[in-house]
Amino acid sequence: MLYREAGQFKTNYVADSAIFPLRQDRLGLGLIIVAAYALAFMGSDFLLQAVLIPFLVFSLASIGLNILTGYTGLLSLGTGAFMGVGAYACYKLMTAFPGVNVIVWIFVSGFFSAAIGALFGLPSLRIKGFYLAVATLAAQFFLQWCFIRIPWLVNYNVSGALEAPLRTLFGIPIVGATATPQTRYLVVLTIVIVLTWLASNLVHGRIGRMWIAIRDMDLAAELMGIRPLQTKLLAFAVSSYYCGVAGALLVFLWYGGAEYDVFNINQSFFILFMVIIGGLGSLIGSFFGAALIFILPIVLGIVLPAMMSPFGISVGADVIEHLRFMIVGALIIFFLIVEPHGLARLWQIGKQKLLVWPFPY
Amino acid sequence: MSFRKFGLGLVAATLLAGTALPAFAQDSVYVPLFTYRTGAFAGSGIPIADGMHDYLQMLNERDGGIGGVKLVLEECETGYDTKKGVECYESVKGKNPVIVNPWSTGITLPLIPRASVDKIPILSMAYGLSASARGDIFPWIFNPPATYWDGMSMIVKYIGEKEGGLEKLKGKKLGFLHLDAAFGKEPIPLLQELAKQYGFEVALYPVAAQDMQNQSSQWLSVRRDRPDYMVMWGWGAMNGAAVKEAVRSGYPMDKFYSVWWPGEDDARAGGAGAKGFKMLNWHAVGADLPALKDIQKHVVDKGLSKAPKDKVGELLYNRGIYNSLLIAEGIAQAQKVTGKKVVTGEDVRRGMENIKLDPVRLKELGLEGFTDPMTLTCTDHNSHSAAFMQEWDGSKWVKISEPIKPMTEQVRAQLDAAAKDYADKNPGWPKRSERCDNQS
Repeated sequence: MLYREAGQFKTNYVADSAIFPLRQDRLGLGLIIVAAYALAFMGSDFLLQAVLIPFLVFSLASIGLNILTGYTGLLSLGTGAFMGVGAYACYKLMTAFPGVNVIVWIFVSGFFSAAIGALFGLPSLRIKGFYLAVATLAAQFFLQWCFIRIPWLVNYNVSGALEAPLRTLFGIPIVGATATPQTRYLVVLTIVIVLTWLASNLVHGRIGRMWIAIRDMDLAAELMGIRPLQTKLLAFAVSSYYCGVAGALLVFLWYGGAEYDVFNINQSFFILFMVIIGGLGSLIGSFFGAALIFILPIVLGIVLPAMMSPFGISVGADVIEHLRFMIVGALIIFFLIVEPHGLARLWQIGKQKLLVWPFPY
Repeated sequence: MSFRKFGLGLVAATLLAGTALPAFAQDSVYVPLFTYRTGAFAGSGIPIADGMHDYLQMLNERDGGIGGVKLVLEECETGYDTKKGVECYESVKGKNPVIVNPWSTGITLPLIPRASVDKIPILSMAYGLSASARGDIFPWIFNPPATYWDGMSMIVKYIGEKEGGLEKLKGKKLGFLHLDAAFGKEPIPLLQELAKQYGFEVALYPVAAQDMQNQSSQWLSVRRDRPDYMVMWGWGAMNGAAVKEAVRSGYPMDKFYSVWWPGEDDARAGGAGAKGFKMLNWHAVGADLPALKDIQKHVVDKGLSKAPKDKVGELLYNRGIYNSLLIAEGIAQAQKVTGKKVVTGEDVRRGMENIKLDPVRLKELGLEGFTDPMTLTCTDHNSHSAAFMQEWDGSKWVKISEPIKPMTEQVRAQLDAAAKDYADKNPGWPKRSERCDNQS
């Protein structure tokens, strides 16, 4: 009833081709952003540090992979490694040039990841689908090998781990142990909003259309004058850029220190699942996917014991863990059966239904 | 408007997170146990988790806790995964834990800088960052009873003694089969240092984490190189696979040594041929001590334990008990030092620095001869205790040596360099301001 198009007239092409043509959508988005910032001051430390910061980091990584897999149709299993490149680059830069603000280095570290991503994207011109997935798998293993074997990457730390030194923004610590979850969350949230806005502009513009054309039929796209090599490499570079920034955020604003093992093949699959469940070729889907795959198990871990204790059933942490696996797994299958195009498609259908409710004729 | 659902989810999550923290009674001490009963490493994680839980539960049942204060135990499942471990840490942080034991080097590393900020001591028992043995630089981290460098020096010392003196090692070849990660690579500098000093040769056989169960190529190289001794630094599935491969490739098992992480099941993997396999250990195996009998009586027989009866007293189960023994001692000493009954994380940090497990105290605890005497101080958070060598006789571990002291001088050099390195690379690393109770 409140959510309807009636009375909103578009008088020019700009208004007609807007990403959010409905006033309610724009208002809602604004509200969400305000609420997200407000949560920094109202949420508990656990909520910020263990739920929202990782959720935003994974959302960003999902957006990165979605650009490659969802928009350009190139399957990649190297996400974890590309995240790692960003994290290691950021570590090298921030320790080599401690005078420059760490936010700058977080954004710059993405470019290193983009370069590596483009390099490993070269085979994508000739091979597609599963074969490309195997080629990116090689990137995953090769880069992980580098993280272990090149001690220069961690400044010859004996522990072989990345450590987050103290870094400040306007005199407030944002990286390092003394940074509060509030400040970390605000930094991550701002970076994710800025990069999501950029990604949204990219995928809705000329470049995004080129990617989609390549995805839908690369031969036809080539005949229309889209150069496949450049377009595919650009997709690899942009995708890896997002993953790299996400990796830097993961180590320095969430964990505060990490081993190479964080960027293993499981991380790649984890992000890939988010993209598939959330919806291929959808930015909002990346957020949905991250929420379902990352937040749902946490919520289950809290809800399940609370639900069972009134019945006098007390279960161990391991049973809860197994239940989490089973329920999340079942939900994934359920969603894929009900809506193979992911949660984003489900959301879209819901919105369309809502638009005509309560008189759907 | 597509963010709306996400917003609703957030609100729901907030409400849940808010209600999920039950208020704890003021007359108890909250001890979270990070365990991994699921995932790829559950094989070693389950007995450790059972041991940790059962010892503290036994104190609750038998003595009503420590010093009359009940212990509230809660397990948090990490699956040996850093992501989940950090989540566990955040979820227990608000409930005033007195100590955290991450049980994974990967989880320990992110927690090290946070410990001093959150005022929660961290017990990483013989894993984690070896440099954290320096209490003056890492006041909140404890990694007793020995570092990996200590372990390596003990193995070399033992081999040397068998050869009739360390100088007899000259010209010998020592193979080092290790997990290709920070954990496995840590002892290499010390090993090379010792090789230079005593003139033996080192051959490295790294095993990548994803190839833990398939070591045929490494053992092919071992067959070609024919090292006189093999030393293994492995974890999880790697240990069992190595024993199996060693048996298969006909390597003499009595020349095969390991650091302290294999369990019975790993040795059993090699079948009858595994006889003679040796490993370091620092605590007794078996369930004959009074404290273990109490665990049987008060916990296992009452059905409060998840451990099957026959697993009580196995190597990794007792490793869990040792871990809990340190926690319990830390709390008990904290009560003694502060005079308070209900202690906090800050008190337990002081308590840990006052741990003194001498034979008298061990007898008091019903654990006479369970382990070598061990003392922690403000500067020494590790104690660099002696460990002994034990041998697999085909069905159980048999202690075959007296406690071997580490080569303090060489280890100390590695340790100081690493600790200084850590503090240097983290500018603004806080200087120790925590008080010290045993200044002597």
